[in-house]
Amino acid sequence: MTEALRSGLRVARRVFSRPAPAAALAYLALLAAAALLAVPLGLDPLSQDLVRMLEGPSREHPFGTDELGRDILARAIFGARTSLMTAAGAVSLAAAIGVPMGLVAGFFGGWRDAVLMRVVDLMLALPGIMLALALIAVLGRSQAAALVAVGLTGVPTFARVARAQVLSLRRRDFVVAVEAFGASSGYTLMRTVLPNSWSPILTQMVVLSSVAILLEAALAFLGVGIPPPTPSWGEMLRTGKEYLHESPTYAVLPGIVLTLTILAFDTIGRALSTVLEGRDTLIGRPVADPP
Amino acid sequence: MPPPVLSIRSLTVTFFGSGAPVPAVRGVDLDVHAGEVLGIVGESGSGKSVTALAAAGLLPQNAQVSGSIMLAGREIVGAAPALLRRMRGQEIGVVFQDPSTTLNPLLPVGRQITEGEVAHGRLRPSEAPQRAVALLRSVDIADPQNRAVQYPHQFSGGMRQRAVIAMAMAGQPRLIIADEPTTALDVTVQAQVLDLIARRQRETGAAVVLITHDLGVVAEVAHRVAVMYGGRIVETGSVREIFARPHHPYTAALLRSAPRIDAAGGRLDPIPGQPPTPSELPPGCSFRPRCAVGGGRDRCAAEVPPLRPVAPDRAAACHFAEEVRVAASPVRSAPLPDTARRRPDAPALLAVENLAVHFPIRAGLLRRVVRTVRAVDGVSLRIAPGETLGLVGESGCGKTTTGRAIMGLVLTSGGSITFDGQRIDGLPRGAMRAVRRQMQYVFQDPFSSLNPMLTVGDAVAEPLRIHGLFDEMGGARWIATLFDMVGLSVSVANRLPREFSGGQKQRIGIARALALRPKLLILDEPVASLDVSIQAQIVNLLEDLQRELGLAYLFIAHDLSVVKHVSDRVAVMYLGRIVEEGEKAELYRTPVHPYTQALLSAVPAPDATAAGMRRRIILEGELPDPAAPPAGCHFHPRCFRASDRCATEAPRFERHPGLASFRACHHAGPLAAGGPSARPEAAVP
Repeated sequence: MTEALRSGLRVARRVFSRPAPAAALAYLALLAAAALLAVPLGLDPLSQDLVRMLEGPSREHPFGTDELGRDILARAIFGARTSLMTAAGAVSLAAAIGVPMGLVAGFFGGWRDAVLMRVVDLMLALPGIMLALALIAVLGRSQAAALVAVGLTGVPTFARVARAQVLSLRRRDFVVAVEAFGASSGYTLMRTVLPNSWSPILTQMVVLSSVAILLEAALAFLGVGIPPPTPSWGEMLRTGKEYLHESPTYAVLPGIVLTLTILAFDTIGRALSTVLEGRDTLIGRPVADPP
Repeated sequence: MPPPVLSIRSLTVTFFGSGAPVPAVRGVDLDVHAGEVLGIVGESGSGKSVTALAAAGLLPQNAQVSGSIMLAGREIVGAAPALLRRMRGQEIGVVFQDPSTTLNPLLPVGRQITEGEVAHGRLRPSEAPQRAVALLRSVDIADPQNRAVQYPHQFSGGMRQRAVIAMAMAGQPRLIIADEPTTALDVTVQAQVLDLIARRQRETGAAVVLITHDLGVVAEVAHRVAVMYGGRIVETGSVREIFARPHHPYTAALLRSAPRIDAAGGRLDPIPGQPPTPSELPPGCSFRPRCAVGGGRDRCAAEVPPLRPVAPDRAAACHFAEEVRVAASPVRSAPLPDTARRRPDAPALLAVENLAVHFPIRAGLLRRVVRTVRAVDGVSLRIAPGETLGLVGESGCGKTTTGRAIMGLVLTSGGSITFDGQRIDGLPRGAMRAVRRQMQYVFQDPFSSLNPMLTVGDAVAEPLRIHGLFDEMGGARWIATLFDMVGLSVSVANRLPREFSGGQKQRIGIARALALRPKLLILDEPVASLDVSIQAQIVNLLEDLQRELGLAYLFIAHDLSVVKHVSDRVAVMYLGRIVEEGEKAELYRTPVHPYTQALLSAVPAPDATAAGMRRRIILEGELPDPAAPPAGCHFHPRCFRASDRCATEAPRFERHPGLASFRACHHAGPLAAGGPSARPEAAVP
């Protein structure tokens, strides 16, 4: 697996040598650092000050306060924790379920392929938000429920990407070679096919992170996300909308960070796929056969 | 003498990419006159294709070209795109290597081959259809009326290449550039296409630049030869002279290293080392690290040798060209006595009886079997311990499927496979695993058969780990021994496959196949994708390993020269069946099946004198669709001896009277003096 790591670093160098993905990475790093350092910095998203509710920007509260007099900046930073953690968990969950499904379906084919892909089709037939709402209705409102709901909507994508990758690798000589040595299916799949299919899966993980953040915010905006008082961007947008007349600046910060975060993940995802597909360098006909 | 059609002076081409600039061509001078075929020979990375593309003005944006290229009196370097476009339509025709990618799959062939002329306003659209038919007829395509309205996928490979040639020659260009025009084609089809290029060239009087890695092809059609190495021309001369008296050590070594169909056995004399990559050329003479003549003299390392005249109409780029005195004819050490190695009387290690592999083609809503591709249809083989059986045939004849079926990688549909006295077809998984230790497979393409994510040391150890035998077989020491056996240093074991050249990767593939100490190696075209100078190294390695380890080989190949060199016995396959099998010497001396005779006659030998004297049998048509093979003898539609009986009755595979060879033919027999009498040469309809 060390080679997977090394080639990953090579790809990363090529991705982040371009300005837009580099800026996106810097923004995400800043956001993550703020989220991590929020407690040591003494930010408290829960301390209420009912005297100073729904204030506009001031020295103590650069982005104003909410309906309970809590600092909007602190809440937005803690919201990043919620958003990023839910997104990471959801994407990991989706990959953990979807990738094995795709690997098995693509590698063995036959009835396994038929059954697994019909399940995937079924999941795709339901709109993601509907699926998530239905799940939360069953599981109740909690961070775990939001995570599972968002994660399940990502499963079909991973299953399809992994399956396509296996299908293209399945007949390659180096896979046939391992089988010719007498390797078991499990060995072939885990040791030969999987390490060679990580790159599109990784791209999907980054791209789906932005989808997950958006979906989590949407659930919170609809009032079925993570229950209060845990700060969340979607929740802040929802309350901000209610107090639009009293405090027009309420929703500005959560809106900006949400948009930027989604944009950042998307930019990196697109740059990754460009690099992995070899579209980043302009080279015409090869000079000679590869050495 | 009229001025040359193409005149190149001090051409350099440098590519700028993400890394350091790559000098692909470094000072090339050459002239091509009307009515002349110039063969440019070189290995991959020698700059031969780049030179030709520069002449056609087809290099990509990131190539920097300097020097002068005069085509029909006009300068190409730095010319305006409009002029280049006009010249490409009128003065230059280009034939690329792969006919399946040169044609647009969405346009009928007839329209494509006249498209250029219509676009240049030399042909009225209303006249295009007739012109297309005439062009297709001029390249010997049967039934041109109907073929002109067909699409490329309805054409076979050879027919597509004919159509591309028709397209290249449509505008009566003064220069035709053919870049490896027959490399993607089978031997019998290659003979047809070379014949066509030579004939059309004579008819139109065009100048032809033929780029190839195959010395035999050059000997067959070229008048003059330029040998390229490391981005420069190292030797030029007439085809007869170059093959008889090479003046550059590289040319001489190349001629000595290639296995030849007209040579007796003996050991090949390979060129050591690897061809240089254009980005890492050694200083001074780029051939110096591999040269036997320079002998490490300082001058070779310090000074790039200029291309200088060494004899009338001859030039060589070597400081010590006068010292190259090696006879080009293959004088080789006597063949080693192989009695010790071969035990033909021992019980067969591998016995295949009536093997059949059928692939069903399913179609329709109910996935019913509509047709069956009989990839292998009744093949019987025997290999004794320590013996090499060569399995030859054109692409699509089923030779690779046979090898994979023996390995258990493809399900068999009938027949039996016995290995070491044990029936192995249809064995359950666990039992097959044990058999696989004894039998290993070496793939054709060393680039694709190694896992790109695994270091080569891990790749070689992988079969041991799969079988849980890593420690039992000696662990790291055994891996080091394996690297040593295939001529690689074990210090490279922690590198990745992409850091190796093709020949080195093939060595790694062989080391990996040997890791479990097998008794039989199935070698599927092990040298086909390697450069000429590397092929000899691998062939020698395989021969050494066989002698040392007592291995038996099933050597699958399409190259009859290589097969002749390595095999003890040879089986010739055609459309899923073996048509002739015998001891190597007898089969090559007295082939009795008409297909074998045609195959052998179609192999171009790197010897201009012999090429002129050889009788060639050029077969009609191409390999039929294996899903709908002809009735009776599969070969009868292309056979020069076919009779009515052949169309109805499949011939039995039996011993030919008076010979040890087996054949499947109603009219088998040695070639009569004077060649096949039934039809004249080149009787392609």
